[in-house]
Amino acid sequence: MGVRRETMVNALLLAGLLAVPLWALWADEPFTITLATRVAILALAGVGLNLALGTGGLVSFGHAVFFGIGGYAMGILAFHAQNYTPLIEAFSIPGTRSMPVIWAVAVLASALAALAIGALSLRTSGVYFIMITLAFGQMFYYFTISWPAYGGEDGMSIYLRNNFPGVNTLVPFNFFAISYTLLAAVLLLVGRLMRAPFGLALSAARQNETRLRAVGIDPYRLRLTAFTLSGAITGLSGALYADLNRFVSPSMFSWQTSGEIMIFVILGGVGRLFGPVAGAALFILLEHFLGGISEYWHIFLGALLLGVVLFARGGLIGLLAGREVAHD
Amino acid sequence: MSPILVIEQILNGLQSGVMLFLMAAGLTLIFGVMGLINLAHGALYMIGAFAAAAVAGATGSFLLGLAAALAASAAAGALIEASVLRRLYGRDHLDQVLATFALILILSEGTRWLFGSFPLYLDIPDWLSGPVLLPGGIRYPLYRLAIIGVGLLVALGLFALISRTRIGIRIRAGEADREMIGALGVNISVLYTLVFALGAALAGLAGALIGAIQSVQVGMGEPVMILAFVVIVIGGIGSIRGALVGALLVGLTDTLGRIFLPMLFGLFMEPTAATTTGSALASMSIYILMAAVLLVKPTGLYGSAG
Repeated sequence: MGVRRETMVNALLLAGLLAVPLWALWADEPFTITLATRVAILALAGVGLNLALGTGGLVSFGHAVFFGIGGYAMGILAFHAQNYTPLIEAFSIPGTRSMPVIWAVAVLASALAALAIGALSLRTSGVYFIMITLAFGQMFYYFTISWPAYGGEDGMSIYLRNNFPGVNTLVPFNFFAISYTLLAAVLLLVGRLMRAPFGLALSAARQNETRLRAVGIDPYRLRLTAFTLSGAITGLSGALYADLNRFVSPSMFSWQTSGEIMIFVILGGVGRLFGPVAGAALFILLEHFLGGISEYWHIFLGALLLGVVLFARGGLIGLLAGREVAHD
Repeated sequence: MSPILVIEQILNGLQSGVMLFLMAAGLTLIFGVMGLINLAHGALYMIGAFAAAAVAGATGSFLLGLAAALAASAAAGALIEASVLRRLYGRDHLDQVLATFALILILSEGTRWLFGSFPLYLDIPDWLSGPVLLPGGIRYPLYRLAIIGVGLLVALGLFALISRTRIGIRIRAGEADREMIGALGVNISVLYTLVFALGAALAGLAGALIGAIQSVQVGMGEPVMILAFVVIVIGGIGSIRGALVGALLVGLTDTLGRIFLPMLFGLFMEPTAATTTGSALASMSIYILMAAVLLVKPTGLYGSAG
């Protein structure tokens, strides 16, 4: 029962996320479309973290690193393109304003960073892992602040949204459609991956490492692969988020960003494929409505988060779809 | 590069290291005894700073401010331990991280609601202001020297408390085997609240002492707390000695790196490039130190295996 109900909740979520901006398009409410775009992009960041956190059990408090790298990949490439300066002077490689190229660079760069950070942090586990990922996040944060070439502390603005072949990306709904399609594609990919041998083994590494070793699988390499993939997905969402705001700044790297990505995962339900979608939607709704009522809405967010942790372990999806069915 | 500058910077590094120790000692004690990772430790640091600034501002007495910082942060620590954190001791680390992250949100926004978004200022008292003349003709701010002294005294006191007193024996016993000391008739929940309040008071003291040098504002605690995490990772979780060594290492590396790395690059690069490269590298130096320690000893310098 549980599985079928969760699939239904998931389908409803995906349909709802599409229906809201369609309605906004009809009612001419561009701001609502932007909100829905934020949900899709932030959900994508959460899907990335959920792969490491939910399936792999790797509590990374440093996913802002990959979000930020994705953002800066877009920022740096578009910065050189809009100023007509070469990206790498020696080879006169130009910047670019093409979204697919930017995405590829963002995914590659954040995957590399995740590989390096993962290789170091996965030597440890538990609390060490949390503290180390948090620390590496701060490292990137302070580095971008002290590196003046790309705006330093002030960040940098990109004047025009980047291009996608055949689509006018300046129209809010078109950019939503791009983000939504990417989110759906990644959800499909991660969903298949979680059912594939890789995902099952990763899940097993979380549940019982000893048993996994006994059947001859090395959990370190498994986790490193998952962490790298997870970073790459969050990096992609960072590039999209930067394109949405046409602005990047060191705050994309801040520990608060890591915390927020984690909140999407937790509010939605840890380890549920669509958890981050529900969580990001709830977060944006809260920010929009509570933020409108009180300047201090983080107090309510904190209280809600505390409530979810103490009393409702399954998050929103758990509440809607019931307990996860046991697999054994 | 004069020797006076070097000594001054070493003293600055010591000062920042000693303050980091106050933060790291509480964190590592709480983790060692209760097995809890407390992200809200930075919020307790902030509470100490705000209490000191508010009370010192109202009464004009710096010492009353310090007392208020200790009392407020210890009380806040005991309160959150008894109301929330106690439920989390048996839970996994993810739950602890999330709940204490939620506490950061609540405590930070609550403080902003009470005191507003503008920073408060805590003045150095007259009897601690001004420079002192150290041997060798170095003029160094008396207040910073006093901070180093207080920090070292607290460190000594903490070692004495843990190794020589009855409560220290219980704390160590709690680290070793929490079920057994419960069976031996020690009231564990009181002990836990006490340890938490002690760690919180240390954080509050650090916040108040630093509050007189920097501005007192919401969000001041988390960067320091994350540095304290780096300290703990380097020193080894649960080890107070590791926290001291790690804190001094991090304080000195950070302070000296900021001054001397740009100078070092200046030897073979043009000045502006040297400044940017040097300061960018300096901002990463402690994390590189942490990565190096992890490569050699994944459990930290004084950490036990596992």
